[in-house]
Amino acid sequence: MGTERIDIFTAEAREAREAAAREGRELAETERIVAGAEAGTPQEALARTREGEEIAAKALPGARDPMIINLGPQHPSTHGVLRLVTQLDGEIVRDVHPVIGYLHTGIEKQCENKTYWQAITLVTRMDYLSPFFNIHAYTQSVEKLLDLEVPERAKWLRVMISELNRITSHLVWLGTSGLELGAITVFFYTYRERDRALDLFEMISGERMNNRYFQVGGCADDVPPGFLGLLKRFVDEMPSRIDEYEGMLAGNPIWIERTRGVGVLPAEQLIDLGITGPALRAAGVDLDLRKARPYSGYEHFDFTVPVGNNGDAYDRFLIRLREMRESTRIIQQCLDGLPEGPHIADDRKVVLPPRPELATSMEALIHHFKLVTEGFRVPEGEAYSAVESPRGEIGCYVVADGGPKPVRVHMRDASFVNLQALRPMAKNAYLADLIAMIGSLDNVMGGVDR
Amino acid sequence: MSEYRSLIEAACPGAVVDEFEGPGDELTIEIARDRIAEVGRFLKGEPCSFKLLSDVTCADFPAGDGRGNRFRMAYHLFSVETGDRLRLRVWADAETPEVPSVTPVWATANWHEREVWDMFGVRFADHPDLSRILMPFDWEGHPLRRDYPLGGEDVWFSDAV
Repeated sequence: MGTERIDIFTAEAREAREAAAREGRELAETERIVAGAEAGTPQEALARTREGEEIAAKALPGARDPMIINLGPQHPSTHGVLRLVTQLDGEIVRDVHPVIGYLHTGIEKQCENKTYWQAITLVTRMDYLSPFFNIHAYTQSVEKLLDLEVPERAKWLRVMISELNRITSHLVWLGTSGLELGAITVFFYTYRERDRALDLFEMISGERMNNRYFQVGGCADDVPPGFLGLLKRFVDEMPSRIDEYEGMLAGNPIWIERTRGVGVLPAEQLIDLGITGPALRAAGVDLDLRKARPYSGYEHFDFTVPVGNNGDAYDRFLIRLREMRESTRIIQQCLDGLPEGPHIADDRKVVLPPRPELATSMEALIHHFKLVTEGFRVPEGEAYSAVESPRGEIGCYVVADGGPKPVRVHMRDASFVNLQALRPMAKNAYLADLIAMIGSLDNVMGGVDR
Repeated sequence: MSEYRSLIEAACPGAVVDEFEGPGDELTIEIARDRIAEVGRFLKGEPCSFKLLSDVTCADFPAGDGRGNRFRMAYHLFSVETGDRLRLRVWADAETPEVPSVTPVWATANWHEREVWDMFGVRFADHPDLSRILMPFDWEGHPLRRDYPLGGEDVWFSDAV
């Protein structure tokens, strides 16, 4: 794309140019690409196609003017509202520019205008497939600022629910990335199990998605009666279900054709790009925050971190399957050794008093009133804490000024960072493989755009 | 004085402004604004090997730090070998905030810095592609600044409500 091409009047080209003129600068790379991506009128599009055909007729393959194709933002196989401006040479992707922001809801700005406990509701909605991990990172940061100790039982409950969430998230990934590559059956199988796990979430938190279960200081409530039995039945059955998925795909020649050798980048480059989670571990780097920097009592659990060696989409698939197996093992250990004790810290300045006390204790009523109307105050400082989500490191950076509302809440979302790997990965790959790559990176656009 | 501070001071004399500890085991080292890319390059290599840059972000303090600065950048570094974390802090001034880009050091900083430019209006020198990332290209203002008005956007199609 030469710069002369952008002289086509489209809304976005005009917007980009006006913004650049206002700020007195040249167009940046992404602005230039997006502005040049659309023809203004059908006539212009036709003219460009004819011109391209003439060039193509004269030139050798690979020397043609690339054709610009917009994939998305509304596209069934881009996992939500992701737009990819691709430069195609026949079936070969010469370059791809991810354009994001279509799902931006200003959650970080909203958090600054809510009290600390109200902001929990907002952060669950970022990476909507792993709500528990979002809250976990956020509450850990706030607890660090408050210097608040979380009771042992609450830590175990957090681990248990987080691992169940990892399974549900991987199930969605497996089902949808199967759909994208034409394997429809696996979707029905994974959603069968996911629905049962969502029933368990509903039992424990009252919500099937965007669960607001972790609180600053522990968990909102203890497990309801009967929950542990149902969870045990779920994790007892789960290994045989994972065998079913593996049986359907792992040896499937079409699946292997579509995923093996697809989207490979050297481990060094992946680390440089900030990639974490299964996408990095598939390339042979043993980095899991549950082992590297254990939090919430993960050091007490016996589990292995699956690591691949080829770093392709097929390895990422195998690793996620094995992670599900490890998660069931961790949940099993939680069920066997769940300690007795309170499910939330006993700090009346931060944690709501137990409900029954409100009827008998004036002091509890005052604390409840103060916490709900004003919120708790967090001492001045900044804290960053991270958890290992199904997609990699989800970190939360909280800046406090001593008041009841945070000055800044920033989420380092794994999907946002991992999406940066798509451009180097897809260069000179087939367009069909681009879809497999997006699937194997497992981006959740709610987390990317926040 | 922390081990990392003395290492940085030995390699890049005069780059460290101050250091802060806590909460928990967190360590923050404040770096002179113009030296951040240089310090980053040192920290990424041996012996510190902070090869993974977890996060780059910013916070706005309209009252400033008393030296004419307003925007506080935070770089969260992680070492894959040792599991250590380190936060670097850089202040950017209130009028024309500009910080050297660390994208040439860690490729992952590309989108993080675009986000900070988009949300706070802090420019990054030598950034390869400094365009807005979450807001539309022609958006005016930088939404995460503390003085950005809430409810500043027109609500469309509200006549039926």
